[in-house]
Amino acid sequence: MQAAPVNPKPPEAPSFGPLRALFGARIAILDGAMGSMIQTFGLTEADFRGDRFRGHPRDLKGNNDLLGLTRPDVIEGIHSAYFSAGADMVETNTFNSTSISQADYGTEALASEINAAAAALALRAARKAESVSPGRRCFVAGAIGPLNRTLSLSPDVNRPEYRAVTWDQVVTAYAEQARTLIAAGVDALLIETIFDTLNAKAALFAISGVFEELGIQLPIMISVTITDASGRTLSGQTVEAFYASIAHARPFSVGINCALGGRAMRPYVEELSGIAGTYTTCYPNAGLPNAFGGYDETPADMAAVLRHFAESGWVNMVGGCCGSTPEHIAAIAAAVRGFLPRPVPSIPPVMRLSGLEALVLA
Amino acid sequence: MKNSAAQFMMVGERTNITGSPKFAKAIKAGDWDAAVAIARQQVENGANAIDINVDEALVDGEATMTKFLQLIASEPEISRVPVMIDSSKWSVLEAGLRCLQGKGIVNSISLKDGEAEFLRRAGLIRRYGAAAVVMAFDEHGQAADRGAKVRICTRAYELLTGKASFPAEDIIFDPNILTVATGIEEHNNYAVDFFEATRIIKQTLPRAKVSGGVSNVSFSFRGNNPVREAMHSAFLYHAIEAGLDMAIVNAGMLGVYDEIPRDLLGHVEDVLLNRRPDATERLVRFAEELKAREAPVKAGAAPAVDAGSAWRSLSAAERLKHALVKGIDTFVEADTEEARKDSTRYPRPLDIIEGPLMDGMRVVGDLFGAGKMFLPQVVKSARVMKRSVAYLTPFMEEEKRRHIAAGGQARSSGRIVMATVKGDVHDIGKNIVGVVLACNNYEVFDLGVMTPADKIIAAAREKQADAVGLSGLITPSLDEMVHVAREMRQAGMQIPILIGGATTSAAHTAVRIAPEYPAGVVHVLDASRVVNVVSSLFSPDQKQAFLADVGVKQQNQREDFAEKRSRRPLLSLATARERRPQFDWAAVDIPRPEFLGVRAYDPVPLGEIAPFIDWGPFFSAWEIHGRFPDLLKDPAVGTEASKLYEDAQQMLARVITERQLTARTVVGFWPCNAVGDDIEVYTDEGRSRVAAVFPQLRQQLEKPADQHNHCLADYIAPKECGRLDYLGGFAVTAGREVDALAAEFRARHDDYSAIMLQALADRLAEAMAEMFHKRARELCGFGRDENLSHQDLIRERYRGIRPAPGYPACPDHTAKPVLFGLLGAEAATGITLTESCAMHPGPSVSGWYFNHPEAKYFAVGKVGRDQVEDYARRKGWPAAQAEKWLGPYLDYEP
Repeated sequence: MQAAPVNPKPPEAPSFGPLRALFGARIAILDGAMGSMIQTFGLTEADFRGDRFRGHPRDLKGNNDLLGLTRPDVIEGIHSAYFSAGADMVETNTFNSTSISQADYGTEALASEINAAAAALALRAARKAESVSPGRRCFVAGAIGPLNRTLSLSPDVNRPEYRAVTWDQVVTAYAEQARTLIAAGVDALLIETIFDTLNAKAALFAISGVFEELGIQLPIMISVTITDASGRTLSGQTVEAFYASIAHARPFSVGINCALGGRAMRPYVEELSGIAGTYTTCYPNAGLPNAFGGYDETPADMAAVLRHFAESGWVNMVGGCCGSTPEHIAAIAAAVRGFLPRPVPSIPPVMRLSGLEALVLA
Repeated sequence: MKNSAAQFMMVGERTNITGSPKFAKAIKAGDWDAAVAIARQQVENGANAIDINVDEALVDGEATMTKFLQLIASEPEISRVPVMIDSSKWSVLEAGLRCLQGKGIVNSISLKDGEAEFLRRAGLIRRYGAAAVVMAFDEHGQAADRGAKVRICTRAYELLTGKASFPAEDIIFDPNILTVATGIEEHNNYAVDFFEATRIIKQTLPRAKVSGGVSNVSFSFRGNNPVREAMHSAFLYHAIEAGLDMAIVNAGMLGVYDEIPRDLLGHVEDVLLNRRPDATERLVRFAEELKAREAPVKAGAAPAVDAGSAWRSLSAAERLKHALVKGIDTFVEADTEEARKDSTRYPRPLDIIEGPLMDGMRVVGDLFGAGKMFLPQVVKSARVMKRSVAYLTPFMEEEKRRHIAAGGQARSSGRIVMATVKGDVHDIGKNIVGVVLACNNYEVFDLGVMTPADKIIAAAREKQADAVGLSGLITPSLDEMVHVAREMRQAGMQIPILIGGATTSAAHTAVRIAPEYPAGVVHVLDASRVVNVVSSLFSPDQKQAFLADVGVKQQNQREDFAEKRSRRPLLSLATARERRPQFDWAAVDIPRPEFLGVRAYDPVPLGEIAPFIDWGPFFSAWEIHGRFPDLLKDPAVGTEASKLYEDAQQMLARVITERQLTARTVVGFWPCNAVGDDIEVYTDEGRSRVAAVFPQLRQQLEKPADQHNHCLADYIAPKECGRLDYLGGFAVTAGREVDALAAEFRARHDDYSAIMLQALADRLAEAMAEMFHKRARELCGFGRDENLSHQDLIRERYRGIRPAPGYPACPDHTAKPVLFGLLGAEAATGITLTESCAMHPGPSVSGWYFNHPEAKYFAVGKVGRDQVEDYARRKGWPAAQAEKWLGPYLDYEP
């Protein structure tokens, strides 16, 4: 008896080809921070509400993702500034656009709408940038953030077994976000600022389901956050253990972003570069937050660190996270120009397991 | 040892409700603390992973699995290891998968419910990101005999890899360990069936793993733990030999095979290996006797006093000193205790170490420094020292506790953290240096082999080390040392680095490592130099002057290196190729081997290997140089060399008669041709498919007019000449037991025997390479009448060569994985390759056979950018990757 093949791999989206060409040819450039750019506009509660949410029962200031609906001009302008600075790819303004994260503002019912609007803005900025420079290809990654609730950690120290959210809730929320971003036409999905690997695994599980459902697959980009200098994620995994946990998704790229500054990320970027059988990325903060919550690294500072990574052959894409601006991205793009992208090593297929630490059975 | 790399995985079984009454009681009573404690204990006892099973009629499986996993997620000491979720219910397995942030294992799925369900579950496991145990179970039931086990596993493997695109390396077969000695005749062969099935699965289903729950095998002997433990140890021993990768065991209760009493082992193996029809009856009888025998604990028998030894009548201090210098460990504990009791002379235990023991070691050190004592003796002396110190340690710790309570602290004369770097497994040299340093009252923290930079830095910090020693044997380790130095600088470390090991050199240290680390990098040529170096480095007066002197020498070496490079430009690759040796290929004798494909020899009888040993390098390992056997009669080293030789012969005899090592070999021959500087290996003589390509490197150094620029591909008939040639390949190992046996010696403070065993195993591996090369020449015909003496064999006075990837004629180690693939070497011999392509276990050799009558060994030497780029293209690599692997051979700065 012949059983039907399970999980037939859905066909690849058309963005795979040009993205592979870009990553094969040079070190790609990702955009910089969205949040710190929004801050420079000095938006008020009224800006966040617009006409539509004038009567919303809760404060909306700080719900940056909502600006895609209420101040689309600001968001599209920031995307355009990053493309002008030399970014090959920008991220949609959807870091918190899941029903779970939006629930903080009572806007969970808007999750799909926010994602669709955000993708449209980024794609419009991309097409505009392409029309200014014929022959240029600009990419949009659908940003999928870490959620404000975690599957591995208890928010209550007295009840270590307690979780504020369930697997099914997380999968449902991520599936909704991914489905909307894909339908809106993004080129890739970027699961980023991962501090709890189990949330990321739930996102990957949700995405694989959406791929099957839509009959198409997009490049999956994954980026983890190392939160302390001992080289672990907030949920306690080492870089090697993290990679073992997500490698089953066969990501297009894997990388490190956010916390620490680039300088302190160095050993982990190098380590990841050595073990990942796929493209690697790095987009650090502009240093560590200072006493005022701002970021001190100048464009030149950040560029020097990322140039060192490029020179060492550790990265395929660089960019910026919190505190970085179009000036930072322009400096970074100039600094890594001319360095060859990291060759993707062929990693022997051995069994790699992990808990908080990795276990390789040779 | 790098924590992430394992050769064999032990999965703790005590968190399984069906096998552990204690865990069952805790779960049923809702005593979560007790349940978590059992998990922690398994990890503390060395489990590499834990199996969690809560299948019980009265327990809500999904909720209990979820809660337990979420509880242990907040216990880093437990959750650092992967979890094996174990249930017969799919819904419980799925509930577990939703709680694991790491990559765990599902135990288990099978074909019991048909193909469609099997594939659906496999697809989900892939989406959750886990490995899977697949039971040898199908629609008709459980596989008991070898044939059924292999048939079901093969079917599952094909379905998983073919239809579910499940990665083969994440498939773990459990071919069912069933209970033996039940009294039912059909059960007698169950263990043998498991061993044989395991062997076949490992050989025929690439990358798949084999696991099993061991406790089941001894179920008939419930209540008789000594017998059960012996059965488990013996079963594991044979199963691992057959290729078992992991086992579900009680991690705290595993005995050592070699320590099973011989009589019990004999009975147990009779049962497991189904060696006689009455085996079960005999074991049952023996087990009853064993249980009845309440043997009174015997006091350790006093060692027989050597009446002829006058030194025994000296004072305790003098006896200790004498014992140290002579390396006699028979009375050391008793003498140490006698000295310790003499509290007027030695108020503190440390006084004994600093008094008679150090006096003795000073004599040893002086004699060694003066070349009057030799390394084997020093190591024996160290054994005495270590045992005496081990005896005193509890007393010193007690004293320290009191001392610290009073607010003080203490230090030795210096602390050194030593490690064999990541990717490398060789450690004889490092162990010798460690012993020599320890003898000189330095505190040595040995991190073992395959140690990544962050571990070294963390240990150096934690121990407040005064220096770090890095060791390595294979060429990629040179790069890793550069990396470690760079990381240490980044970490802001200020302590000097010592570099040692066979491929290291003063030149490489000066040119590549020292510039990365301003706090000082010193190359140490061999163990006899290390004390001088370290004492200079640790002396506040001498340190600066010594480092300055080293710095000047290194600067000179860098200048020499730069000059040499500019003085002797290499030939272009095109010119070098023109200057290859030319052969009349129409006339060259190309013998056809007796067989094509591979042949495994398992095990190779150790007694047959021994005559092929080349003893010269054995003495070199002990830093006794000279020609064997002449050095046995050498006026300076002869006596010690003879003693060493005698000890070696004794250990060798024991290794052989007790079969302590499982030597294995695989040999292969394949049709081939040279295409440019590549060797193409074909699947068959019709050349229908290229099975593998071995790109080779060519010498580029300019040579006198009558000499050639060699490349190994020159010795193979070029495709365009129309003739088919044959390439041979081999991999041999003296056995995976070496590390464990050496570790046992070390645990007994017997470094002498540990180093001896490692050195012997290395020799056995080389001897096997020689022995099988001879057999290979016979298989190719031309070797049948060569009739060479032992000496002639060692001097390689025969036709043909067996170059090894990573060595001078073919310096790129990455040919090894390709060669291993052709040979199926991992399955056939158990040798595995590290990320730097070092072979594990260390005493292993692999290489090619070239039969060309004029084939000679040569060294490729430096290679130019043009060749590196060409080579990278042929390997399908970016140039940077070739530069990484060929680092020490590059003639330019990449």
